[in-house]
This record gives sequence, C-alpha cells and structure tokens, in this order.
Amino acid sequence: MNNVFVYCEIEGTQVQEVSQELLTKGRKLANTLGVQLEAVAAGSGITGKVESQILPYGVDKLHIFDAEGLAPYTSKPHTAVLVNLFKQEQPQICLMGADVVGRDLGPRVSSALHSGLTADCTALEIGPHDDKKLGKHYDNLLYQIRPAFGGNIVATIVNPENRPQMATVRSGVMKAEVLDPNYPGEVIVEDVAKFVPEAEYVTKVIDRHVEAAKNNLKGASIIVAGGYGVGSKEGFDQLYELAKVLHAEVGASRAAVDAGFADHDLQIGQTGVTVRPKVYIACGISGAIQHVAGMKESGIIISVNSDENAPINQIADYVINGTVEEVVPKLIKYYKQNSK
Amino acid sequence: MSLKIIVLAKQVPDTRNVGPDAMTPEGTVNRSALPAIFNPEDLNALEQALRLKDLFPGTTVHVLTMGPGRAAEVIREAMYRGADGGYLLTDRAFAGADTLATSYALATAIKHVCPDADLIIGGRQAIDGDTAQVGPQVAEKLGLNQITYVEEIKSLSNSPLKGGNSGGLEGSGLFITVKRHIDGGVETVESPLPCVLTVNGSAAPCRPRNVKRVMKFKRCLAPMELPQGQGFGDLPYAAEYEKKPYLKLGQLSCADVDADLQQCGLAGSPTKVKNVENIVFKAKESKVLTGSDEDVNGLIKELLNERLIG
Repeated sequence: MNNVFVYCEIEGTQVQEVSQELLTKGRKLANTLGVQLEAVAAGSGITGKVESQILPYGVDKLHIFDAEGLAPYTSKPHTAVLVNLFKQEQPQICLMGADVVGRDLGPRVSSALHSGLTADCTALEIGPHDDKKLGKHYDNLLYQIRPAFGGNIVATIVNPENRPQMATVRSGVMKAEVLDPNYPGEVIVEDVAKFVPEAEYVTKVIDRHVEAAKNNLKGASIIVAGGYGVGSKEGFDQLYELAKVLHAEVGASRAAVDAGFADHDLQIGQTGVTVRPKVYIACGISGAIQHVAGMKESGIIISVNSDENAPINQIADYVINGTVEEVVPKLIKYYKQNSK
Repeated sequence: MSLKIIVLAKQVPDTRNVGPDAMTPEGTVNRSALPAIFNPEDLNALEQALRLKDLFPGTTVHVLTMGPGRAAEVIREAMYRGADGGYLLTDRAFAGADTLATSYALATAIKHVCPDADLIIGGRQAIDGDTAQVGPQVAEKLGLNQITYVEEIKSLSNSPLKGGNSGGLEGSGLFITVKRHIDGGVETVESPLPCVLTVNGSAAPCRPRNVKRVMKFKRCLAPMELPQGQGFGDLPYAAEYEKKPYLKLGQLSCADVDADLQQCGLAGSPTKVKNVENIVFKAKESKVLTGSDEDVNGLIKELLNERLIG
C-alpha cells in the first residue's frame, strides 16, 4: 500500500523509453520514502514480452493488463485500469510520460480520483511542506518542479492532502538506468474484465500510422539549434547545412516552432525534447528557461546571437556576437577548411 | 441533423511575447505588461465547431469561458467569427483554481446551461499553463468520452462503422470520426456522441472576423463589464439592449450553477504552489568572440583540437 506507481506506456510490445526513465526515477523516490516501486503495463499480447523491459529498473511489483481492447491505446479503458487499480492499491505517487498518451490519460485519472496532477515536470524530489495558513506540517511530499508561465519562472507544486500525487514528465528529462538485470520483481497478470467494464471500449481506432522518429535529437552528440533569431524557414536551411557537415542533428526553440520556421518534432525544451549533446550550437536563441531546461546539461554550449545580453549567453562556453546569417556560413567554411 | 456545441475558450496572457517587464522584481508575474488574448488553440477549436455549423444547419455554437469580466472579450470575439453566443462563468469563489477545480466549474456550468450538448470542443492546452489537463478532466467529470490532439473532424454519421461500440451510452445516436495527432504519427478514431474534443494547434486556423457580425455584436456586454452600480438601462444605448436581448451576454456565478464551494477555486484545488522562483542559471565563464573570420576560424580549430567535433 501507498507505494510509488509508474504507468508504463507500450507501443506493440515495446516499453517506451520515457517509462523506463520514470521507473528509474520512481525507484529513487521509493527508496527515499522506504516503500516499493510498482509498475502498470496495459496492452494486447504483452504478457511474457514486457517483463524483462520493466523489472530490471528495480520494480517490486508489475501489474499486467493484457486484453484485445487495450491496444492501441484509447482513453476510457486505460483510465478504468488505473482508476480501479488505484482505488484498490492506494498509491501515494503516480508518474507517467508527458507525451500524447500520458497527457490524455493523466488528467482523466486525476479527475476521477480527485487528485492533483502536475504536467511536464523537470525535477521531482521528496521533502517537507508547511502550510502557514492552516498551520499544518507535512512530511515526505512529492515536490513537482516545473517551469511555468511560458518558462519565465520555476514553480514547485505539492499536493498536501490528495492521493496519489500525480506528475507527468517528458521523454529525456530523467535518465533510464537498469538497476539489476535479474531484479526479483513480482508479476501479477490481472483479470482485465474486473477492472474495465465492456462499456468502456467506446473509441474505435480505424486507422493508425506511426513512423519511427525522423530525427535522433535525444541521442545526438552534436546539435545545431535555431531560434526566432534565425528569422525564417529558409534561414533554417543554413542550419541544416551546418548540421550536415558536422554530422549533427537540427533542433529548434519553441519560438521558432511557433513562428513556423521548424517542425514541432524539433522542439527542444520543457514542452519538447530534453537533450544532452557533447556540443550544442544555439543560433539566434534567446534562452527562455523553458528552452534552457531542455539543454542545459549539454557539454559545450556555443551561442551565436546578435544580442550580447541574450540570457543564453550566461550559460554558454562560447559566445559569438554576430547574426546567424553572418556566422553560420563561416562556421561551415572554416570547418571544411580545418577538418581535412 | 443538427448539433448543440459548447466551445471552451480561455483568455490568456500572451506568454509568447514576453518582454523584460513581464516579471516584477519580486518574481511574480506582471500581468498588466502582457496583452490578454484568445488562447490560440481555442481558436482552432472554434473553427472546428463553426465548420460543423456550416455543414449542419440548425447547429448552435456557444462559448463558455471562465474568468474576470474582461474575459467576456473572448465571447464577443467568437461571436464576430460565427458563434451564436456564450456564457461568462465568473465568481470570486473560482479564483486560484488549479486545473481540477477549473474543470469542476466548467463541467458544472455545462450541466447547467447545456445538459444535452452533443459536443464540447476546446483547445488542447492554454499557453499560460501548457498542461492540456482541463479538456480530459471536464470529460471525466461529465462521464463523456474524449478525443484529444484532434487535427480534423472527418465525418459525422448516424451509425457506427463496423465493429464500433456505442458503449451503452444514452447518446444522440451519432458518431464522429476524427483524425488526431499521436506520438510519431496520426490516427483516425471514431467515438459516439456526446463527447469532448481537444483540438491541436496544427488543425485549421480559425476564420477571421466577419464585418457584419462585428457591427451586430460589438455592443454585446456581460453584466460584469458594466460600470459599478449601473445596469444595462444606464448605458448610452439602453434602448438597444431592450430591443436586442442577444446583446446581453450570459453570465453565471457559482450559485447560478449550483457549484459546491468546496470544489471551487483554491479550496477545490489539490495542487498548491509551494514556491515560485526566478531561476538564475549558474553563469559560466564564457569566451566572447566576434563574428569575424579570424574568431570563427580560431573557434573551429579549438573544437577540432579538443575532438569535440570532427
């Protein structure tokens, strides 16, 4: 009872990386609290296939829900799985990925259980809390830390009274680490019909088309990222050229994505991808917290910006004062000249 | 067939254009420095609703927004673009609501003003919070199915496609088919009505204002917007408000919708903000270069020497 739960997202029989990242974090939180880590896997034909992708992260108990209607994911059956399981198990914390599935499912579950949910957390910690108005002290709450208000501030959110304390986290924010390949976790294959009434299977998936990711931002060792200062979609062509010669991936800030200069998949930051390359070349990126949250752990940060006071310059190892238009072609030219 | 559609819309500070004065020195948000706008994805949602209205005569589209008096601007804006009317849900008791308390208030208001709504459509998320939580939370509170990240409504039909399930819902007998965004792709799904849709920013942009509608609705006001102590009868165009009842926008308080105070506003919010801070990232000692050929060449050589690139 009162354990830490992680909802594992599954595509076919493949457990998604974000879930393994959260299992790793969940294990640490469970250790701090002195409780067990439990995982939930719901899908179709997954029994015997997902255990080895989940237990090694230090999972003490894995609940498997295996039924035809549970894949592909639809909102109501997965909601019923979690709501009914949580009513029975009374978890204190529930974590899920902040991707399309987690952001569809998390709020629905929180609404049914009347529990607090914080989206897109960038850090999770355990700590005490004093409510000065009520004069109440709480121990061992989950600190749900996230940039807020367009990334201009960082807020720490707590749920003092309601359980489970729920949080979603984007892919790449936490790091997945196998604890023990032979971790002795218990596997429970649940009776799905007891949790999901037939009437919950309302959404019919008619057609589904998933492509492998077009980019490898998460795993890239060099990233060339563009911001609003790139100026246009055409301006990004230069960045692609630089990326090509450096064998790098192209990323973008939210401002560039919102302005239509770059595709949404390329967004780096709190509401995009979190990256940790060896070299990060920020071109025309001012550096709102929401962006910096997604790239601050890069090895070497190079900022190309015509504004000397751009916030990103503070965390950059190299600052080049100049416009993207002027500097990027020179980077290409001198790389070609020197790398031979 | 005709539908009753509720569009959920929010007036938000424009966090996309944040200037240096957006934060006060104390680290709180300086709302007056940010223009208030129609939440962008709610406009995409409105467009989907208006398209259904174009296709199915007799369909009504009403906007529901929660906020202070000035949020009525969102209702007028929607009416300029084609909505039939709207409701301003406003009460001090709603202040400080997190997403759950907000969804409770909205769901309670929907049950009150349009219990037989066929579709409830909102934007996927608001730019001041980016949580994407309110849509699904409203759906759960109303016991309705949801489809999030909608890119396009493909069709409405009287019968489910083969293998469809009405889920035993006492619905309108109608089924909606939509294309939605998923991670790394798209899917097409069908759901019985009534249901809740949340629309993605990649959906069709909203149609512009219609000049005739602007002329017709520009004097629409919610009671909250009247100068303190005044009624519609005290306004310069008082007679018009008598003749044209549509100029008086619907306004709902906590009591009007029989909302449970314990579930509203701060009291009804399980999440509490423990603290808020301006994060100052640990400044590094940066090497500052110019864009000159010499500097760029030097940098490339240094990176190559340290085997960071190449």
